[in-house]
Amino acid sequence: MKTDIVLAGVGGQGILSVATILGVAALKEGLNIKQAEVHGMSQRGGDVQSNLRISSKPINSDLIPYGKADLIISLEPMEALRYLPTLSPDGWIVTSTAPFVNIPNYPEMELIEGELVKGGNLIAFDMEEMAKEVASPRSSNMVLLGASSHFIELTPDKIEAAVRSVFSSKGEAVVEANIKAFRAGREKAESFIAKKH
Amino acid sequence: MKIKKLLLGDEAFALGAINAGMSGAYGYPGTPSTEIMEFIQANPLSKERGIHSHWSSNEKTAYEEALGMSYAGKRSIVTMKHVGLNACADAFVNSGMTGSNGGMLVAVADDPSMHSSQNEQDSRFYGEFAFIPVLEPSNQQEAYDMAEYGFKLSEKFEIPVIVRFVTRLSHSRATVDVATEALPENEIHFPEDGRRWVLMPGNSRVRYKELIKVYDRLEMASETSPFNIYSPGKNHSLGIVVSGIAANYLNELFPEGCPFPTVKISQYPMPKVMLRGLAEECRELLVIEEGQPFIEKAMRGIFDSNKKIYGKLDGSLVRTGELNPDHILECLLKVCPELDCIKAGEIREACKITVARPPSLCKGCGHRDVYQALNDALEGYTDARVFGDIGCYTLGYLAPFKALHTVLDMGASITMAKGASEAGVHPSVAVIGDSTFTHSGMAGLLDAVNEDSNILVIISDNLTTGMTGGQDSQGTGKIEEICQGIGVKPEHLHTIDSLPKNHDEMVELFKKAIEHKGLSVVVSRRECIQTARRHGAHRGPKTTE
Repeated sequence: MKTDIVLAGVGGQGILSVATILGVAALKEGLNIKQAEVHGMSQRGGDVQSNLRISSKPINSDLIPYGKADLIISLEPMEALRYLPTLSPDGWIVTSTAPFVNIPNYPEMELIEGELVKGGNLIAFDMEEMAKEVASPRSSNMVLLGASSHFIELTPDKIEAAVRSVFSSKGEAVVEANIKAFRAGREKAESFIAKKH
Repeated sequence: MKIKKLLLGDEAFALGAINAGMSGAYGYPGTPSTEIMEFIQANPLSKERGIHSHWSSNEKTAYEEALGMSYAGKRSIVTMKHVGLNACADAFVNSGMTGSNGGMLVAVADDPSMHSSQNEQDSRFYGEFAFIPVLEPSNQQEAYDMAEYGFKLSEKFEIPVIVRFVTRLSHSRATVDVATEALPENEIHFPEDGRRWVLMPGNSRVRYKELIKVYDRLEMASETSPFNIYSPGKNHSLGIVVSGIAANYLNELFPEGCPFPTVKISQYPMPKVMLRGLAEECRELLVIEEGQPFIEKAMRGIFDSNKKIYGKLDGSLVRTGELNPDHILECLLKVCPELDCIKAGEIREACKITVARPPSLCKGCGHRDVYQALNDALEGYTDARVFGDIGCYTLGYLAPFKALHTVLDMGASITMAKGASEAGVHPSVAVIGDSTFTHSGMAGLLDAVNEDSNILVIISDNLTTGMTGGQDSQGTGKIEEICQGIGVKPEHLHTIDSLPKNHDEMVELFKKAIEHKGLSVVVSRRECIQTARRHGAHRGPKTTE
């Protein structure tokens, strides 16, 4: 098996935690992982992305070549669009629709939505809103992880176990909130996938 | 026994060094090298053994401290980003002359694409210049393995060894096989040849001749290094020389194996015999390396040979920025269009409506208040110039503040402001952070004190080294004392909390300082919002006193 994922968002949104959890889950399964991430200047409110590759075979490049990513998962709709050339022709975009506006020239939401739809296979909803409803606003990254989990060849219970181990130091309440967010995201995505088939 | 761990390239090297019996790590934070030291600071065995891992004031002090430990016979590392090697170049180049005793590794992280840096300088040039060998890990496993290998190499040849990282390796995680047990540390033992450690001309002349011979022997070692690998290929129309992380990108394109004979270089000086062999075997050559065209330049020389060499210098490969598999694919399709085993796949068009999202200062960051007040204080002056420095506050150059006119290197704010004031610029203002001030600002401040330069120096103190993620800052709690000790007059040394409620007071203070004909220093202080949050989670809010 092989899953190549581009994770996208704005510095501080929690994209790297998603990558960490998938890495922990994949390592436990004895899979190979490469995950390139961004530290430093751009973490201060700039665009951030991470390339995550999981495979049963050895992985060469830390970066995913153009046209090879199976998934773009993003906490921010415009950031999802930034990496389109990396997405394979039949790849999926899973993104929150909640815009993070910290620049004066942020494009019209209608334009962004139009481009996302044009992108093909799409799961898009307001993950911040869902996180607020079921857990806490800070767990929108776990909603995203849940929604994306359908396309990652790791069973949901294996991913949940990784969520538990990554957040265990923060106490049971935080763990449970994140698990709830994960499950809600996973369930919500099912309706999008059903429509597609 | 070996176990698998998921580690950043930086972390893999750090663990490799701990497991190889390192006794001390020294360094100054700098993206993308910072995580080496942070890993060592958090490692249980490192704590148990009391391995030194305190940050130093700058790369030069760190380098000399690491060399001191090596002199005493123990294994040490020093960590820095590429421009940090400039800051310690005096120590570095001369440490080739003294050589080392206990194994010493210089972990330098280059930043092609300048994700978080001023330039793309390639540390391999420094290695050659100082007669110091360079290891260049191509993946996280090599980063781990090269720690022990590097210490042994260093001890065998009695010379420090550079381990050259690039951003993409430093900050990429992979599964790494690591040992579960660590080698013992070295006992204290002094160098047998004491003369080369005293670089007076008489000793240096003797040592320099020796050093050239050592470098020749190092070149031989490169020929048989386990990290320099020749791979045969059936297609002799092209031979490929590839180094470091670029090797992964090349392999990515050929999952069934590269059809061309290839030499992968990860240990320098370059293995000339190996390269000559490749050249004899192949009609043309292609050089693929991350960073500046170091290997390619050496292979081309000055006089044209009849061997065609493709690379960055002839435009076959992109000259600036970091490489990726797509660059190499594009280059190969150009260089050998008849190649039918790889093809460019279907690629989506880039989205046209996305716009750049530059980084910005955090909400609740004290640097914001400093720039707001400074801009207001400078209103009405037509020729005011503000000299910036390296850190989060460099972002003051961008909107909405647009407050800075220059950013050069660590510490240059004070000295450039001084020079400009001597050219007649007024107001001439320097903005420098606390960590940068103790790194390289203090000597410049002494210059300004001695001439009572007509400048305003703002030390924007956030009690940490912010840009790299909040490492200890060496001047925390001592900034005013340092300024007084350097000789800043107490009546022209001011302190203010950089908070929105103090805006008007800060504007007045800046105006007063600008109108004073001579040196003024304002220490504006507020804890970094990022570290404050972290501290808040652990032990309640920290006061700024």
